[in-house]
Amino acid sequence: MKERWITASPDAEEKQEKRFQTWLSGENIPFETPEAEAAYKERVTLVKDAIQMKKVPSRIPLSPAAGHFPIEYAGINWHEAMYDYDKTARAWEKYQEDFAPDFFHSPRTIVPGRVLGLLGFKLYRWAGGGLRDDQEYQFVEREYMKAEEYQDLIDDPTGFFLSVYFPRIFGALKPLEKMPLLPPVHEIPLVPPAVLPFGTKDVKSLLQTLGQAGDEANKWNAMMVQVSASIMGKGYPSFSAGFSKAPFDVIGDSLRGTRGVLVDMFRHPDELIEACERITPFMVKMGAAVCKATGHIMPFMPLHKGADGFMSDEQFRTFYWPSLRKVIIGLIDEGVVPQLFAEGGYNQRLEVISDIPKGKAVWWFDGMDMARAKETVGKVSCIAGNVPLSLLCAGTPDDVKDYSKKLIDTAGRDGGFIFSTGAGMQGAKPENVKAMIEIARNYGG
Amino acid sequence: MSDKLVDAMSNMKEQEALEITQALLDDGKNPMDILDASSKAMEIVGKRFESGEYFLPELMMAGEMLKQISEMVKPKIKGDVNSKKWGKVLIGTVRGDIHDIGKDIVIFLLDVNGFEVRDLGIDVPPEKFVEEIRGFQPRVVGMSGLLTLAYDGMKDTVRAIEEAGLRDGVKIMIGGGQMTEKVKEYAGADAFGKDAMEGVALAKNWIGGAVK
Repeated sequence: MKERWITASPDAEEKQEKRFQTWLSGENIPFETPEAEAAYKERVTLVKDAIQMKKVPSRIPLSPAAGHFPIEYAGINWHEAMYDYDKTARAWEKYQEDFAPDFFHSPRTIVPGRVLGLLGFKLYRWAGGGLRDDQEYQFVEREYMKAEEYQDLIDDPTGFFLSVYFPRIFGALKPLEKMPLLPPVHEIPLVPPAVLPFGTKDVKSLLQTLGQAGDEANKWNAMMVQVSASIMGKGYPSFSAGFSKAPFDVIGDSLRGTRGVLVDMFRHPDELIEACERITPFMVKMGAAVCKATGHIMPFMPLHKGADGFMSDEQFRTFYWPSLRKVIIGLIDEGVVPQLFAEGGYNQRLEVISDIPKGKAVWWFDGMDMARAKETVGKVSCIAGNVPLSLLCAGTPDDVKDYSKKLIDTAGRDGGFIFSTGAGMQGAKPENVKAMIEIARNYGG
Repeated sequence: MSDKLVDAMSNMKEQEALEITQALLDDGKNPMDILDASSKAMEIVGKRFESGEYFLPELMMAGEMLKQISEMVKPKIKGDVNSKKWGKVLIGTVRGDIHDIGKDIVIFLLDVNGFEVRDLGIDVPPEKFVEEIRGFQPRVVGMSGLLTLAYDGMKDTVRAIEEAGLRDGVKIMIGGGQMTEKVKEYAGADAFGKDAMEGVALAKNWIGGAVK
């Protein structure tokens, strides 16, 4: 088989520059004033300079992860946020207006509850779907794929998701168990059996349900498009577009669960690695898709199970990093800048993760010694972070200011840095968010 | 032979460990000796975890082996297993939060380290903690949470324990990825643990003297 995504392609640099120019142009954004357009371009340029590492940005770009903070700040509960799209949109506008960070973090993570409900989604519980109105949505970890099923996943990831995994995680999609394998449908006698299931009552009704879910998702999407336009029109570029993950986390988070995937390292090491490889091209395509469609450049990639403490350095190098690195290189080849959001600590990983081409990614850290990060991975990649969420929730404005100043002094002085938080700001005290943004703006200028 | 079992288990050789166990049972060896060897292996695994040689995969794998060996051995044991439970720990994920993986790992480690653990599950309201402290009478209370909304769940629970007049009788530890000294102060807990082994160390320290 052809080895892909080991070294970045020669035209990656050129493609990236082109994408930056598209993002910078702000085409299709309804700017309210020429000043807003100028502010937008200035902000994109700050991040472009920080990422490319060819010059020091004129000031430190300021992009805390809004997370779910805007909901709390607006005083709406989770049920309202997930079922009344207009309220969520207004909450985001209020947050952006009151705090004015340089970038817009989209409310698209506030997913529409009705869509999840129609599909009978089981992978999470949410306000209106098994949780109280004041609870944020939370993951329900189970072994959704059995260890014996690795080979089925490896043989046909799409077929496995469609007819095995989806029926397990979406109650309403149970009839998809009847779906035929698709590659065999390529000869005249193979057509009728392939469509037989579509004539059954439950599949017909399933298609209707999917249509309803699609209608609802479109309503929600229209509101998201509207709020993006209104906030970006005031001069705030979106910080990311699209989403991807480390293949190991796809398997570990959503298919096998933590316990399952960690035990598989001993019981099914080869299948686990092969499954990660099979997921890799999907993660490349997924990460580039929204950027291509919207003229953006940075897909968001939350990283989970490779954190310090979850596995040894050797296990990280064996199971986690090879396929993640391929996703990174695959995205770089598309001219896209992966935004690698390393949740938890990554202090043990600094050497390994420095093995990527220069000026092509953002490593966004949480529980990290930022001085060491600056000295290591910070030589090849823009780093971002890392005001701790615990400080924003349980500290005082003075604590936050002290931390932020130190952060700027250790990581921010000579470019290649984006000032941010270590996690989405849910639970933060507004006065702490305000203090952080003020100090970052005044001290990081 | 049982030394071999300790070696196989502590070096993550599952198949070998199960085969040795079967051979020992077939030879009519005392099943209690097999359980002792398993405990010894778990102790080694715990130490290697503390020293940074082992990580979560090894803890999970060791747990899997222990579970299977216990199942093989238990039918051969007459009467009660003389467990070395030496301290009670009450543990639960606080109100609001429904995550259980971190909590379950701590429970597993406390258990293999000889604690008697009662698991209250997830999204546990403060009243439930209070009620169970009265009934179970633990020396240590562990509160788990992954999300920041757990900070308030922890704070409310500590307050409820205080109001019930039970605070002086227990040591309270909080655990989870987002726990820090600041959060400990905020919640009014006695200590926090960043990982599962820290939780075990805290419980040992409070109850006093490790069981060998």
